[in-house]
Amino acid sequence: MAEQKTMSEDELRERTRALLAEVHPEKVDSVTFRRKQFDHGLAWVHFPEGHGGLGLSPKMNVVVHDEISRHSKVIHHDPPASIIGIGMGAPVVLTYGSEKMKKEMLPKIFSGEEIWCQMFSEPGAGSDVAGLAMRAERDGDDWVLNGQKVWTTVAHLSRWGMLLARTDPDVPKHDGLSYFVLDMHAPGVEVRPLYQITGEAEFNEVFLTDVRIPNELMLGKEGQGWRVAITTLMNERVAIGGGGSKKKGGGGIAQLQKLWNERKAGAHSAAQEAILRDRVTRCWIDHELLRLTSQRARAAQKAGNPGPEGSVSKLAQAEMNKRMWETAIDVLGSDGLAFEAGYELKQTAPRADTPEQLAKYQFLRSRANSIEGGTSEIMRNILGERVLGLPGEPRVDKDKAWKEVPRS
Amino acid sequence: MAIDFNFTDEHDELRATIRAFLEAKSHEDAVRTAMASERGFDDAVWKQMAEELGLAGLIIGEEHGGAGFSYVELLIAMEEMGRALLCSPFLGTAVLSSNALMLAADETTQKDVLPGIASGEKIVSLACAEPGGRWGLEGVQMQAALSGDECSLTGTKAFVLDGHVADVLLVVARIDGGIGLFRVESDASGLRRERIPSLDLTRSLATLHFDATPARRVSAGDASAALERTLALGVAALAAEQVGGAQKCLELSVDYAKTRLQFGRPIGSYQAIKHKCADMLVEVEFAKSAAYNACFAAAEDAEDFLESAALAKSYCSEAYFHAAAETIQIHGGMGFTWEHPAHLYFKRAKASELLFGDPTHHREVLAGLVGI
Repeated sequence: MAEQKTMSEDELRERTRALLAEVHPEKVDSVTFRRKQFDHGLAWVHFPEGHGGLGLSPKMNVVVHDEISRHSKVIHHDPPASIIGIGMGAPVVLTYGSEKMKKEMLPKIFSGEEIWCQMFSEPGAGSDVAGLAMRAERDGDDWVLNGQKVWTTVAHLSRWGMLLARTDPDVPKHDGLSYFVLDMHAPGVEVRPLYQITGEAEFNEVFLTDVRIPNELMLGKEGQGWRVAITTLMNERVAIGGGGSKKKGGGGIAQLQKLWNERKAGAHSAAQEAILRDRVTRCWIDHELLRLTSQRARAAQKAGNPGPEGSVSKLAQAEMNKRMWETAIDVLGSDGLAFEAGYELKQTAPRADTPEQLAKYQFLRSRANSIEGGTSEIMRNILGERVLGLPGEPRVDKDKAWKEVPRS
Repeated sequence: MAIDFNFTDEHDELRATIRAFLEAKSHEDAVRTAMASERGFDDAVWKQMAEELGLAGLIIGEEHGGAGFSYVELLIAMEEMGRALLCSPFLGTAVLSSNALMLAADETTQKDVLPGIASGEKIVSLACAEPGGRWGLEGVQMQAALSGDECSLTGTKAFVLDGHVADVLLVVARIDGGIGLFRVESDASGLRRERIPSLDLTRSLATLHFDATPARRVSAGDASAALERTLALGVAALAAEQVGGAQKCLELSVDYAKTRLQFGRPIGSYQAIKHKCADMLVEVEFAKSAAYNACFAAAEDAEDFLESAALAKSYCSEAYFHAAAETIQIHGGMGFTWEHPAHLYFKRAKASELLFGDPTHHREVLAGLVGI
């Protein structure tokens, strides 16, 4: 990123008011407002001028949000479908994209006009993403891609996809990958919903058959895809790791507590109630400690002394969520036998009109928490190796050409 | 009020000072000698802790010869002592009894006893629990007998920290339909004290038998609230001690897993061992959050202190025990020997889990307080 400029908070507030004078969130739709916000350099103030920013410190972004919320009841937040584009797409385009890509893509990412998705995982490459098999072969000025991606959020809505493919199978796995931006409307791209345990489809499978990508849409150099991807993945950890509700007893635990306090009389014996109460209390404790640990991590970070407290949240939260919703179902007892919303296979989540239905939905959905964004097993490896300094497992694929490594 | 978990440079210095002291005075050999001694701790070390480091009077006000520090400093001290498995009357005297005196006793008694605690000259034990084994005030059955101005106690107090060597006993008993705090001298008539063989060799416990033993009531009115807080403060301090022990167990395990080779590679490279260590890390970090939260809440006199103390004791107890149990497992046969310190931590962990009420008890308390 270019060198950081300085601007006083007052000046930044003034610039924000100038934007509001030109377009007001209460009077225009989200796309119109956010386009102007981008043009004024107030989309991401830490981006360079001309690319939605002013070259300021990322800390200054809150000033813009604060000033807008002071003058407008309507806030045009980041559109939910744009989270990947904004969180991962924009930074990677800014860092590795051509001037032309930045000019054309960044404004539309921010405005929400163009949705982005990320295509790394494959059926044969989950935790070991770098082992992925999708092939990209050079043909003139284009690359020709064949293979399958999976777990692709918002692929069905996306205009662009960030994609890793294998350009050289004859070198060890990390060295043979390249990073592309794929036009999701290109011929040969087929997106299919991937129905999950709840019946809904939050994700897609994407099949590529002889899809052509012009060489100019490669980010980074040929064979450097892993390095480019790391930048993107680091942004994902930040997005998922957050950890814990802000308020004591708030969030998911409030729902469990409500279910417990409103449990059906006589559904459990006195002894069962004592055991269940203890389990609910354990959940309450885990929930509170996740919150306190995140608070402690923030305090340590602020003091410039971050320790292991910042690394444990992803694992702890995933395991806690599963336990919490298992407990909720057990509190419901035999009422847990019914799944009122039914398992209709469709793209949207099943209806959850009551706390009971929500608990049943969460009971199923939370199973993914210890898989998505790094399985709990991988998180334990990371804690063991990077935080505690334990030695890694011997790697059998390390110095081997990718094509020599056994795959399932 | 949100706890800021802010440790200052002075706090870090205090921690370093205590750690260096304990590394010199409470290394493994010293612990083994102290735990086998008649009194159960090294008097010379206790003296030094009082005189050189000001630890005996850490939380006692300056007007009574103490250092006047808060529970934040106390948590640091407890954590370090737990780490070093220090054999010491600190928890019983400097924490429990000091708090009981400061919260429940009259001024005369405070003036008389607190300076002696701070100077390291007096060991004082709080006797609350009875053979029935309940730790809350609801377990107190002993009834004080009054005849004129004279007061006497009859019955048994159990699991009294350092009760066999205490110079002064503070006894909790029922009076006037409420709870009172009574002072009993160590040479009082009808008092019989016996040290019990304890699971945890590093912390000595005694049973005290009272037979029409003369006592002086030192609290006014019903001391229930003051003593309930005293017990909760003890619980919060013990949670901090458990964190120190758990952290040390994690370090012992990780160090061993890095150096112990089997099948040609360090056992820590196997996920079976690595994942145990990772889970211990998560629990140790959560335990820190719990204990720090309770002690900061005590220091700031936060509304939800009782809640945070119950939470901390229930969580830290289990985290410590789990860490100590895994330490034995990770060390394999070595961890099962008398020679290796793992069993000392394991026994301390289980004993401190049971002391002052086990996790199910504290979860029940917490559940009641937060409306579960």
